[in-house]
Amino acid sequence: MFKQTLHISTSPHLVKGSSVEVIMRNVVWAMLPTAAFSVYAFGWNAALVLVTSTLSCVLTEHVLCRLSGKRSTVSDWSAIITGLLLGLTLPPIFPLWMTFLGGVIAISVGKFLFGGLGYNVFNPALVGRAVLQGAFPVAITTWYDGFGADRFTTINSSLFAAPFMKPVVDGVSGATPLSAFKFDGVVANTADLAFGFVSGSAGETSAILILLGGIYLVARNFMNWRIPVSIIATVFLLSGIFYWIDPSKYPSPLFMLFSGGLMLGAVFMATDMVASPITKWGVMVYGAIIGTLIVVIRIWGGLPEGVMYAILLGNAISPHIDRLIRYRVYGTSLKSS
Amino acid sequence: MLTIKKHTFKHGVHPPENKEETNKLPIRQFSFAPLIILPVSQHIGKPSKIIVREGQEVIRGQKLTASDGFLSVPLHSPASGVIRKIANVPTLSGKMTTGIYLEPFPSSTQEILEGNPIDLETASPEEILTGIQEAGIVGLGGAAFPTHAKLKIPEGKHCDTLIINGIECEPYLTTDHRVMLEQPDDIFTGIKYLMKATGAKRTIIGIEANKRDAAEFLASKLDGTEPISVQMVPVKYPQGAEKMLITALLGKEVPSGGLPIDVHVVVVNVATTAEIGRLLPHGRGIQERVITITGPGVKKKGNYLIPIGTPLRYVLEEVGVEDSISEVYMGGPMMGVAVGNLDISIVKGTSGIVVFNEKQVHRSAQVYPCIKCGACVDACPLSLNPSKLGILAKFESYDKMAEEYHLMDCFECGSCSFVCPSHIPLVQYFRLSKSIIRKRKSA
Repeated sequence: MFKQTLHISTSPHLVKGSSVEVIMRNVVWAMLPTAAFSVYAFGWNAALVLVTSTLSCVLTEHVLCRLSGKRSTVSDWSAIITGLLLGLTLPPIFPLWMTFLGGVIAISVGKFLFGGLGYNVFNPALVGRAVLQGAFPVAITTWYDGFGADRFTTINSSLFAAPFMKPVVDGVSGATPLSAFKFDGVVANTADLAFGFVSGSAGETSAILILLGGIYLVARNFMNWRIPVSIIATVFLLSGIFYWIDPSKYPSPLFMLFSGGLMLGAVFMATDMVASPITKWGVMVYGAIIGTLIVVIRIWGGLPEGVMYAILLGNAISPHIDRLIRYRVYGTSLKSS
Repeated sequence: MLTIKKHTFKHGVHPPENKEETNKLPIRQFSFAPLIILPVSQHIGKPSKIIVREGQEVIRGQKLTASDGFLSVPLHSPASGVIRKIANVPTLSGKMTTGIYLEPFPSSTQEILEGNPIDLETASPEEILTGIQEAGIVGLGGAAFPTHAKLKIPEGKHCDTLIINGIECEPYLTTDHRVMLEQPDDIFTGIKYLMKATGAKRTIIGIEANKRDAAEFLASKLDGTEPISVQMVPVKYPQGAEKMLITALLGKEVPSGGLPIDVHVVVVNVATTAEIGRLLPHGRGIQERVITITGPGVKKKGNYLIPIGTPLRYVLEEVGVEDSISEVYMGGPMMGVAVGNLDISIVKGTSGIVVFNEKQVHRSAQVYPCIKCGACVDACPLSLNPSKLGILAKFESYDKMAEEYHLMDCFECGSCSFVCPSHIPLVQYFRLSKSIIRKRKSA
């Protein structure tokens, strides 16, 4: 009896059993259908972009950890999320060297510079994407029509553009529904948008699959449903008001919801736990601000798409939301807390 | 009258209850250890003074120490025997403290000495309080705060409602559950003493829905004329905390930094109440208490009436534990303390002994940084922000923690650490921070 040494720990001695790694892994699972659909739609091109961006993020994380003398944090799966997200926001024929660079920037500037997992102010994938957008404005708006007959037999040559050369623009076609609307006033079919039969970034096409991934995460309690719901509700309401005022001038709310990166952003990007507020009410405000910014940028801004900037701005104000919106501490009056 | 409530306090968590293994087992008397070791100070407050000497023979129930001041209670002999020595003894916290080594007489009848009975009808509130103090009664829920001190209504305040705490929200523990099923008369007698002592006009017995049998049983003992009601509340941890229970039953909040009496309430644990009802009519002192001994590592799980001062090693040998045991907790697994030394004794505040073996012990391999998932924020029953407090603790911003984020209200229930997916030892941070803040204040 009592052969073993007793282990001493502090209370509580029970844990619920979730872990960061489990959460992150499940986010990856939730994104896989979307990634798979983009490969289905854009062929090997999208697959190469996704693999490159993921590898780039994982490698950067590993190398930076090693260089700073820390244990590699690759095993927490968060770098894989960043990589997949970045890949999903890029055009399917985005030159691979640029994709790789985007991953390096996302992890090094977006995450590591701030202190790594848990300390990033912005969603790292969006930081990478924002830099790419500034650096390569042509390549990042060079879209490519999905479902080409040769998508699984040939690989688009612009993927292999040599670094720092003027990118080879090949097979340019198919404006995205948002730019078509913005610059030509053409409105795409809502069902096509929802199912993903349109042109766009690798991952911003199939709203249904993105929503399914989100529902899975909410069901497993790995995602705060209030963020996508408040973004979607705000966009729907605001654009609904404008559409009601003048349907010929403004896009319909459904078009707004299912086009561009809105679903991807609302479900997988704005929900980055680290860069979003912590209270129930805080995330509602955060979602409403992002939703408003999306509508404002899309309707009045110079760009066809505003989801990325809207979320980055939302990330930036998230700490301030947490400072202003807190739960009332038990036993205190609202005034004193 | 039994009322079933649907609402309770905000937030909180639902750890696995694991009470089925012992909640049907009746309370059984435990044998006397060959040597009983009694730490002199078993309560919060001033240690009592030893009034026996080495070699002296004592009778079961005889006072071994006398209270020293108001916030102090005496210790009674749990057995008839002889004082072998008075020397330092180990305690749960790791500190050594003065203790009495008592060797029970094996052939003694172990009859209990009677003291000055407190008559319910004639005694004044002050006399009842003195009786409770002299009986050595402390909060048996685990806090071990002298009960008479808690019942003393401060000048200018009054008590409307007496709440009897039968919540027992700690997983695994079933002592209060068994006490409610087996000692109803003691509980109702205790309530009468308590109402008289505090001047409360009504009493609510609060019981969680996982002890429905106890709630129905106690309610069946009432004929509707007494100012006593039984209220059943949904199961949620940490409902047994005074503040949470008051909110669950009355919908009131105790002000930050305040006490239940600030909302005209006094809360007393149900086992403590039963002890008052049993001891005061005879003027006896507390010599034993009900303790649940359970957990996957225990062979003979059950609810035992164990003499105060029984060494933990003796208890575990009697109930039998598996070879693979790796953690022993005094109290429940949420707020209990892991034992580092089996030579400590059962004290008045010991509500349970939970033994885990290798399989149950969760040693998280890795602590991740806080990812601000907000699970702790939605778990904290006081609506504190444990995530922010944890970060501030790392930066040693103690003043900000106390002033802006109400750290001192935290009662270390462990809900935040329980849910944290990063396995950050938040409660440990807060305990440390609180003690640093207290030291700075007193310095």
